[in-house]
Amino acid sequence: MTVATTEANALPRAHWAKWVVTLGAPLVGVIVGLAIGALLILLAGRDPIAAYGVMWQGALGGPRQIEETLLKTTPLLLMGLGLTAAFRARVWNIGGEGQYFMGALLGGIVALSFPHWPRPLLVTAMLAAGIVGGVLWALIPGWLKVRRGMNEIISTLMLNYIAILLMQYVARGPLQEPGGFLPQSAQFPDAATLPVLGSTRIHLGVFLAVACVPIVYTLLWSTPLGFRLRAVGMRASVARYAGISVNTIILFALAFSGALAGLAGIIEVSTLYTRLSGNISGGYGFSGILVALLGRMHPLGVTVASVFFAALVIGAQSMKVVYGLPDSLASAIQAVVVLSVLAADALAHRR
Amino acid sequence: MDWSLILNWAFLIALVTSGIRLAVPILLATLGEIITERAGILNLGLEGVMTLGGLVGFMAAYYTQTGPLAGVSGWIGLAAGMVAGMAMGLILAVLAITLQADQVIAGVTLVVFGQGVANYLYGQLFKSLTARTSGLPLLPIPLLSQIPVLGDIFFNHDGSVYLTVFLVILVWFFLFRTTWGLRLRTMGENPAAGETSGLNVNRTRYVATLLGSALAGLGGAVLTAVQLRLFREGIIAGRGWIAVALVIFANWRPTLALAGAMLLGLADSIQYRIQALSQVERGVGTIPYEFLLMLPYVLTILVLLLRTGRSDAPEVLGRPYLKGES
Amino acid sequence: MSEANASIVEMRGIVKSFPGVLANAGIDFDLLPGEIHALLGENGAGKTTLMNILYGLYPPDAGEMRFLGERLVLHSAADAIARGLGMVHQHFMLVKPFTVAENIVLGQQSPREPLMESPPIVHKRLEALSQQYGLAIDPAAEVWTLSVGEQQRVEILKALYRGARVLILDEPTAVLTPQEVRGLLDILRRLVDEGKSIVFISHKLNEVLAASTRITVLRDGKVIGTVPTSQTNEQDLARMMVGREVILRVSKGPAHPETPRLVIQDLHVSDDRGLPSLRGVNLEVRTGEILGIAGVAGNGQTELEEAVAGLRRPTKGRITLSGQDTTHSGPHAVSTAGLAHIPSDRYGMGMLRDFSIAENLVLQRVGERPFTRRGWLDEAAIRHNARELVSAYDVRTPSVETLAGTLSGGNAQKMILARELDRHPKVLLAAQPTRGLDVSAIEFVHRKLVEQRDAGMAILLISTELDEILALSDRIAVMYEGQIMGVVDAQSADVNALGLMMAGSTTARTENQAAPEGV
Repeated sequence: MTVATTEANALPRAHWAKWVVTLGAPLVGVIVGLAIGALLILLAGRDPIAAYGVMWQGALGGPRQIEETLLKTTPLLLMGLGLTAAFRARVWNIGGEGQYFMGALLGGIVALSFPHWPRPLLVTAMLAAGIVGGVLWALIPGWLKVRRGMNEIISTLMLNYIAILLMQYVARGPLQEPGGFLPQSAQFPDAATLPVLGSTRIHLGVFLAVACVPIVYTLLWSTPLGFRLRAVGMRASVARYAGISVNTIILFALAFSGALAGLAGIIEVSTLYTRLSGNISGGYGFSGILVALLGRMHPLGVTVASVFFAALVIGAQSMKVVYGLPDSLASAIQAVVVLSVLAADALAHRR
Repeated sequence: MDWSLILNWAFLIALVTSGIRLAVPILLATLGEIITERAGILNLGLEGVMTLGGLVGFMAAYYTQTGPLAGVSGWIGLAAGMVAGMAMGLILAVLAITLQADQVIAGVTLVVFGQGVANYLYGQLFKSLTARTSGLPLLPIPLLSQIPVLGDIFFNHDGSVYLTVFLVILVWFFLFRTTWGLRLRTMGENPAAGETSGLNVNRTRYVATLLGSALAGLGGAVLTAVQLRLFREGIIAGRGWIAVALVIFANWRPTLALAGAMLLGLADSIQYRIQALSQVERGVGTIPYEFLLMLPYVLTILVLLLRTGRSDAPEVLGRPYLKGES
Repeated sequence: MSEANASIVEMRGIVKSFPGVLANAGIDFDLLPGEIHALLGENGAGKTTLMNILYGLYPPDAGEMRFLGERLVLHSAADAIARGLGMVHQHFMLVKPFTVAENIVLGQQSPREPLMESPPIVHKRLEALSQQYGLAIDPAAEVWTLSVGEQQRVEILKALYRGARVLILDEPTAVLTPQEVRGLLDILRRLVDEGKSIVFISHKLNEVLAASTRITVLRDGKVIGTVPTSQTNEQDLARMMVGREVILRVSKGPAHPETPRLVIQDLHVSDDRGLPSLRGVNLEVRTGEILGIAGVAGNGQTELEEAVAGLRRPTKGRITLSGQDTTHSGPHAVSTAGLAHIPSDRYGMGMLRDFSIAENLVLQRVGERPFTRRGWLDEAAIRHNARELVSAYDVRTPSVETLAGTLSGGNAQKMILARELDRHPKVLLAAQPTRGLDVSAIEFVHRKLVEQRDAGMAILLISTELDEILALSDRIAVMYEGQIMGVVDAQSADVNALGLMMAGSTTARTENQAAPEGV
């Protein structure tokens, strides 16, 4: 009977096929991405093999390089994890950059306002403020979507630009370094420094990011909230029928991804830049999106993807030093990788 | 603040004139996206398309401005921008139509791709930031440009502005007065109806996507090769995204797109001029220039918020079409 | 080779499979000129697939087709249209915002391409055509304003305008009242008189017997037999369709209704466009009875379903569930008040294809004990619950962890039924509960509904299949344009009277009421 055929065929095929696709597509994507990157390098008149060699060395060639890569992974991982939750609800938070900036801003304000506080207190307050900043900035488009039906892609995006401009204003104006004339704030006080591991530069932020991996996993698959969130992402009309408050889920998705983006922002500013200015991002807003997509919106995948992207970026910096190739190469490769993964994925699903 | 600096004819005329010019890139991208979305395809990659179109257009104009083609280097730039736009559109079309990937994801990724490739190419090919193109010459329309006030505002522009106005009319006519337009709109409302009437859904959607991104690429090229006459990272500054928003504001109609783009062009124009003024007049610096720069983005949100009335969004926008599904 | 009765269309050995299903397993079919040939079979038998192949929408995996003796190879519907084949699909292929005329000329070349042909000329031509065939339409009307019956006429006219000599109609009576069905049959006979040949796909025995001259029965993708209509009857056809003796009516004892559980008073509900959809509905469903809402699709049934389920806010009126006012409650509150809902939109509301069967079975209750303990999901409890339900409701699946999207229509509906009934509701709202199901699944669902009624549940049944309403209901309310035209006792219901009410007649209402309206 036709009915039996459907079901008998479904299980065995589905099972292994699913794994092949889940792992195969990103692999294909990475290969194609690196291939096109090689083309771009050739275009610049350099030897791709040698250039990639320099990249590899620069990213993972030694303990200090690996340390750098880990440090770069942190903001990517945080943003990727946050977006995993949001995207699983089909809430397209493209405003990670803005939430990052606002987290940095609010956290920075706390750090600069209470330099005399004992270190553990100031660090905690600063990080908490960073989270709050990201959450609040993400809730603006949340409110706009839930109350006015406004598409979150556009609202989060516009708020990106607004956030960056706001930061530039603050750094040039009210919080400008007293006596200085560069558009940047005073340096963060010593008490606002994150503790590091031994003599390395691996700071608390790295551990926080890694801790978020199991947190996001259990949130999505072991809690009723995660169940409802995934249901909304699959088909909001069914979720509504099932009595799930779709609006609450949307707000949560935005708040959660905003929180992690804000945290990423304050961590990067306090560890790397140590001041507020308009230049505190390596474009993590968009890279975060790519990381979430490359990682198949799964915490483990996102972890691998963020390490890969971080390695690409660090490696590209080495390529810049050695060959003069610009950083934008890394972005281009990242994007091609994700596009190829999309294509490979879609191709596999069509069968 | 000395209001007489603002409330005089010369200032206002300059304001509106430049407002029209500044509206052009956004308007072109919006028109293109209207075509694409009317066929049911969501192209969120406009920012990337405009960036790459802007770069390629700039390059083409730059390299041809010395030499035998110097007279038409501006137009060559615009044509090149269109071609680059189409190439980007092709990528999206393959992903969205043939491979049926999620259009939102594909579009957003395309933005990063377009920006990355454009910035990389510029960094490689232009070692300094001082490369400039010569743009397009002003073409005052005889007689009409002599009219006081209106003549200056409307009939004293370069060719790209007139081209854009022409395109608004052309796109409107195409969509609503031709059989091609009828068929294209069918694909956005009920593609199965198109298929069972003997039409080719995918081919129509491919054409719509390529046309749309060609216009967006043109918009980017106008901005770089003609108006600003340079290229740098971030030059598009969100105009592609604003175009996506404007399509919604315009209710998928070219006429309202014109209105929306004009509004944003004016906002842009106001913001530039007040900045310039506040540099002249010390006391004007009550509004920090960053807040003025925010104007287009805030306006985009407001404009979408205040939109009421029936939405004419294409019924199947963003949904992949499975052939033969009935 | 010129035979006196050469077929106009011939299909030989047609095979077509889709992932996981063999839709056509070697089918032979032919159409004689001037006949009305019915293609009969239950849902999923392969009828639509066969005709989609004839219409060029996809090629067969094997087999060949002939048109007037010549080989027919089609690459798209355009080829089929060019040859003179026309198809009216089950779900209308109309572009709602366009006018009737625009829909009809879609796909045709205008004499002054790419400019559209002048509307007055097209309108004149259409008016002439509609006169010729007795299909009254207004060429300038926008399709979204038309009733379902009018839209169907547009579809038929569209095929005729394109020069169809063979007309394929897929389940054309699904959206018509009994009177309109008779009207359609008149139109078909007129078309035959004008020289057309017709294929009529249906799963309804009585209509097929009334309309056709020959009947081909399909089952599981194979032809069971082709018989002249005059030489067969309902029993024979049913047996061919299903492969065994079919009980055409579910056996049902008398009802013993008691207290009203669901009371709807003066309900006004608007549709998505803000237009009034329900205009003062009064209904009451008591424990131990099935109240069936009959009516042609599009008369407010969906809005009624949504309002009762808490998915759409009424603009006026009241809904009371077990004494509780649930007029403005959302789905969660309505569920807590004791309502279970089998939705008309199975995949858009009732289940998530990409969730497992186990997850679907706890969709509304995932946050409650025992499925969540101390904030964490209890996977074992969820699986256990699923296994019990799957076995009790005979849901055919290799495992409860498989994705629900792999289930056949019948099994999916059984899963939904299991979930809803397991919540021990006081009131069950069942909307189109057997749409698209095969006969054994339909029997299962009907049996379960009667069982629950006998156990004291109050059931509100909404269905566009009049046969189903007649078979299951204790009382029948007819809906037309958002109002209840009348409520009659099912025992004494007269199909003709019901049909008149379904079409809006008010005289039938007063003559046929067994009890005062709605009480």
